[in-house]
Amino acid sequence: MSASFPSDSVGLVTPQTATFESPLALACGKTLEHFELVYETYGTLNAERSNAVLICHALSGHHHAAGFHAADELKPGWWDAYIGPGKVIDTERFFVVSLNNLGGCHGSTGPGSIDPQTGRQWGPTFPVMTVADWVHSQARLADRLGIDRFAAVVGGSLGGMQAMQWTIAYPERVANVAVIAATPRLSAQNIAFNEVARQAIRSDPDFHDGWYADHGAIPKLGLKLARMIGHITYLSEHSMGSRFGRDLRSDQLNFGYDVEFQVESYLRHQGDTFSTRFDANTYLLMTKALDYFDPAGQHDGDLAAALAPADCPFLVVSFTTDWRFAPARSQELVNALLRAGKAVSYVNVDSPHGHDAFLLPNDQYESVFGSFMRRIDAQLNGGAS
Amino acid sequence: MRADLELIYGWVPDDARILDLGCGDGTLLAALARHKNVTGYGLEIDPEGISACLTKGVNVLEQNLDDGLGNFVDDACDLVIMTQALQVLRRPDAMLDEMLRVAPECIIAFPNFAYWKHRLHLTFRGRMPVSRSLPHAWYDTPNIHLSTFRDFANLCRDKGVTIVDEAVGSAEHEGHWTSRLWPNLFGETAIFRVRRGR
Repeated sequence: MSASFPSDSVGLVTPQTATFESPLALACGKTLEHFELVYETYGTLNAERSNAVLICHALSGHHHAAGFHAADELKPGWWDAYIGPGKVIDTERFFVVSLNNLGGCHGSTGPGSIDPQTGRQWGPTFPVMTVADWVHSQARLADRLGIDRFAAVVGGSLGGMQAMQWTIAYPERVANVAVIAATPRLSAQNIAFNEVARQAIRSDPDFHDGWYADHGAIPKLGLKLARMIGHITYLSEHSMGSRFGRDLRSDQLNFGYDVEFQVESYLRHQGDTFSTRFDANTYLLMTKALDYFDPAGQHDGDLAAALAPADCPFLVVSFTTDWRFAPARSQELVNALLRAGKAVSYVNVDSPHGHDAFLLPNDQYESVFGSFMRRIDAQLNGGAS
Repeated sequence: MRADLELIYGWVPDDARILDLGCGDGTLLAALARHKNVTGYGLEIDPEGISACLTKGVNVLEQNLDDGLGNFVDDACDLVIMTQALQVLRRPDAMLDEMLRVAPECIIAFPNFAYWKHRLHLTFRGRMPVSRSLPHAWYDTPNIHLSTFRDFANLCRDKGVTIVDEAVGSAEHEGHWTSRLWPNLFGETAIFRVRRGR
């Protein structure tokens, strides 16, 4: 059966669940008394337990980053282009850990889980999570797996924020960090897009103030709109233009409001697919985590001061046509790291694909990111200092 | 290591914090980090150079030198090094100011346009010099501000910048006696170590 998978795939993977019984105090003031994290691992932890790489996921991501859950699964994990044998995050060299964050809807404790206090689903009462909360929960998972220090913590977009937060919260547990297509804080425009997405969900009659499960309903229309808005911000004007242009689905204009342009059809399809596989309360919570992230906020806006605890080499990568988290946002992070005197490398990768570029194959990106990872591997094996 | 880098390597003190502008594949920074406990960053725009730096563990920033060094504070480091980049900059004089803002001292190496072979090329063939150190044709060269050993010394004098050390080298026999005697004529590459103020 495994013969049916590509040779550079990690192949068949099985998610695991870690259960934590000791309470986790959250930034919002509440406490999760008990929680579960669903995760996958690829590769083998070495005897020194020093070759672990943590993958942090983005807004709509989850633990399934690489490989296949079944022989007939059509698409591999969301970052399969970069994780696998011989790939940038080489599973023949690294032990890769990828989890679903708390508040998620792919198996970890979240709005769809049962609140032990009430015996019913958490729904909208699930605590609003922050990036810092996630990082604390990830550290618990690392404890469980016997990983004192990650060889690298890696993430794109919202995942990049978690990677950044790791260097602030647990500097002694991170040997290297890669912050990709991220930002040290959202702009007003970013928050505005998130708010429109949230309003789309919350104003759906099927939302029922977040208690849609009790009503046997799903706020599909709201989720669909939220995803359509989000998706526009993930692509660049150029990538949308080259993919769809002004192409029509039929030969002529119909002077009506049905789908006419290919881009409309594409967005509706993306929205429809998403609305059946993602949870509305999780979407709301994830966008809030994005909005709240601002490590400089606790230091009078001084990002360099916020990053003072960081004690590992950073790789910061942005993409030329990313307008969601534009290169200038990554450069803000880089310049703060320079002011703080930290080890940092920065590359602005040439890509036409906008924010989504961090997920897609790209020679320059692979070369840069691959060189960084190979260096880490060489150090683990006592190579050049 | 390239001859000019070899010479510069010898000039860098132990434990220095440095900035290498146009650091290429990071050879100099890697050697300095390993043997002299030097820390710092390289600036480079060539993708292959950047990847080579990352492989060596050299901190490298993709940054165009013509955009300045605005992301570095005054006295951010002890020493700024720039080899084979002065002549491609839009404003080499402004860069010299910037370099001496972020560090009290800098080392600059560039091809000496007054090198005798270049003079012969222009004098007898009547054409723009093409040589080992200036390999491009006039129409596709990135070198838009070529200068001579003496030009640069004059710029330093005009700016009130102190020349601490100067040398010329060629890729093969750096420090040859003739070049010590008539550097402007016999030096293929000019190397200056300058300090802020007089």
